[in-house]
Amino acid sequence: MSLDAATLRSILPRVIKPARYTGGEWNSIVKDWEWTPIKVALAYPDVYEVGMSNLALIILYDLLNQQEDVLAERVYTPWMDMEGAMRTGGLPLYSLETGHPLHEFDVVGFTLPYELNYTNVLTMLDLGGVPLLAKERDDSHPLIIGGGTGTYNPEPLADFFDLFAVGEGEEVFLELLDLHRECGRSRREYLARAARIEGVYVPSLYEVTYDDDGTVQEATPTHPDAKPVVVKRIVDALPPAPTKPVVPFVEAIHDRASIEILRGCTQGCRFCQAGMIYRPLRERPLEEILSTADQLLASTGYEELALVSLSSCNYSGIEELVEKLLDRHGPSHTSISLPSLRMDSFSLKLAEMFQGQRKTGLTFAPEAGSERLRRVINKVISHDDILSTAEAAFTSGWQRVKLYFMIGLPTETMEDVEAIAGVVKEVLRIGRQAHGKKAQVNVSVGTFIPKPHTPFQWAPLEEQSSLEEKHHLLRRLIRGRGLKLSWNDPQTSLLEAALSRGDRRLGGVILEAWRRGARFDAWSEALNVQFWWEAFAAQGLDPGFYAHRERSLEETLPWDLFSPGVSKEYLISEYRRSLNEEKTLDCREGPCRTCGILESFPRETQAMRSGGWGCLSEEKTHAR
Amino acid sequence: MRPSTETTQRLRVTFAKEEEVKYISHLDLMRLWERALRRANVPLAYSLGYNPRPKISIAFPLAVGVTGQEELIDVTLERPLAPRDFASAVARQLPAGISLSKVEEVYPTLPALQTQVQAAQYLATVEADHTVQEIGARLDALLASERLPRQRRNREYDLRPLVEELWLESRDESQYTLGMRLRAGEGGTGRPDEVLDQLGLTEHVKGITRTRLFFAPLKGQ
Repeated sequence: MSLDAATLRSILPRVIKPARYTGGEWNSIVKDWEWTPIKVALAYPDVYEVGMSNLALIILYDLLNQQEDVLAERVYTPWMDMEGAMRTGGLPLYSLETGHPLHEFDVVGFTLPYELNYTNVLTMLDLGGVPLLAKERDDSHPLIIGGGTGTYNPEPLADFFDLFAVGEGEEVFLELLDLHRECGRSRREYLARAARIEGVYVPSLYEVTYDDDGTVQEATPTHPDAKPVVVKRIVDALPPAPTKPVVPFVEAIHDRASIEILRGCTQGCRFCQAGMIYRPLRERPLEEILSTADQLLASTGYEELALVSLSSCNYSGIEELVEKLLDRHGPSHTSISLPSLRMDSFSLKLAEMFQGQRKTGLTFAPEAGSERLRRVINKVISHDDILSTAEAAFTSGWQRVKLYFMIGLPTETMEDVEAIAGVVKEVLRIGRQAHGKKAQVNVSVGTFIPKPHTPFQWAPLEEQSSLEEKHHLLRRLIRGRGLKLSWNDPQTSLLEAALSRGDRRLGGVILEAWRRGARFDAWSEALNVQFWWEAFAAQGLDPGFYAHRERSLEETLPWDLFSPGVSKEYLISEYRRSLNEEKTLDCREGPCRTCGILESFPRETQAMRSGGWGCLSEEKTHAR
Repeated sequence: MRPSTETTQRLRVTFAKEEEVKYISHLDLMRLWERALRRANVPLAYSLGYNPRPKISIAFPLAVGVTGQEELIDVTLERPLAPRDFASAVARQLPAGISLSKVEEVYPTLPALQTQVQAAQYLATVEADHTVQEIGARLDALLASERLPRQRRNREYDLRPLVEELWLESRDESQYTLGMRLRAGEGGTGRPDEVLDQLGLTEHVKGITRTRLFFAPLKGQ
């Protein structure tokens, strides 16, 4: 450790969960600092337990450390007690593997999974000895790069990052390191050349102008190599999954082995950003999953294996897969979990396969209470589907079912909200038939937040007063034995909505909120929205302008500069179909609605000709 | 002790928890063992029921930040394995900071290890230039007192009966080592940091290690 060990030793006994900060976990990779030329820090802007559960960083840690001349080390946001103690003791933010301060790395790669941890990025840079603003950094500083879902509208963070890699990181990260091998720390040259790499966005090479009404007028490249539209990167097929992930000592939020079985989703839920931006659908072959599972469990000793995807039941061989995994690993008391289940396709058979397994509670997301509203959001599950799935779950041994709903969806009425309570009560009634008074239905109600690159990207966030009215109604209807209701704080939703569809001017707001003390905004015990509203006011901006305003289809959106491969025309057509309550079938069942993904990636489409990503095969005609 | 003839086997493992992992909690340590044993592929016995748990039990929790030199864990296997084979398989799966020093077979019918702990011995390194006389005076004063009422998590308790022995182990110019034997288990548990605080040394403590656990004598022996 190049760290002031005495100071650290005096700090650690006084902070919560000190093992968050000491590394040394099983399977962690410690390379020789002096002899490894390229040093990358992989940063996650939240606490250790959250960051350790992020599959993207697990994949990149494995991939980068496989490169002989590269070392990748982990760094997470210190909790506020630790941040305070580090500042008092003069300790910089350091990596867990070798204890080097952030500013000594060549590249710091942040994954940006959630808007409400943007201020933690600033904490980490500042505590790591890196100037916050990209324009204040020189050749002596590491290159600060961002990836993850946040890069589909990275504009609010444009001031703080040198570049963003939009889309899947496996290939582009290696290309960025190739470039580093060529031009080292010559920042100007590096950024100009990086701008030519597919999927790479260098914010300093663009100028954004605004109209009098506050909307974006134009985002113009100021460098010949800066692309007018940055199209995301994808891989043709899923690269081999990591088999030796770090096993944390401290319990992670997902404290288990994970295998990504499927990337992308073809269901087309209109509120879902992941469903749009992670297209196309790519499955990992069943045999590969089985052999990966063997290696993963042997190298970690985990007692649970999660099959990760946006919707596990969309995996074409899901029943066979679960059956084989249970055969192989059930006898050693390993449980198999499917974190994302859809209520319509979770067949009775699948539920029954878990007979005799640990029953920790199942989560389903009907999202809306009425069939009408489910048609609007294109989550097409019938009322009967919900009830029969609940019945299958309860009779297979689960006593507790969690149901996830949203309120504030486009066209939602009070009847739709009441319908949530109706569904919940029927599910509880079914649970009681199987388990009597032990049956439990936990209801989680989130606020619908319109996200970039979805058919609802033009829709407003519902006003606080009517959200509160809906909360009030649900609190009145959903109570009593066996029922538990939880919901989001509307103020948090407003902040998330504003940041999610923000423009570059929000950089000043984020900086100002952070300076005032904003930290861990995703944690209700830490969030102080006052810091944020003061910061908006100080910058002369209104969060409602970003969150509550219904945008016209003609407006230039801050994220029009980025393409997830799905076209704007498709999003508009889906928005219109939504308002007509028209459902759109899953791509694997219905006619192709030409979302644009095939046209955006002709080369990769060629590579995947057979079977093609879960899109319908060539001979089926394009509809419309 | 003779090996049992039953199908299951109980192994008593002596291990050290050192600097590298001294900040992990008792629950973290339980998970660490469970996963290391699973990686070692030894035939762990599990409890019955919907939520089967491996039958492993650590003798006595170690406070976060304290190292342990002779900690004990009992592991029940569903079929017998030579202790040597167990040790060689498991040692390779332990992270830096956890090391095995002994594996022996014990009767599966012995009472649970946790119920038998009676006392624990600690050594604390103190970074200060107090003279032998000064240190001796502090230790004597503590041992001479009838009661030592203290607060912990808003509950009042008497520290004095929990301190069985307290001594100066060694001393050089800039630091010295205190030894203490504290009561542990159902009759109340003495914490070394509380003793050091009572001595007015909290600011000077450099490290604490548990060197030994004391158990109730086996009946009928």
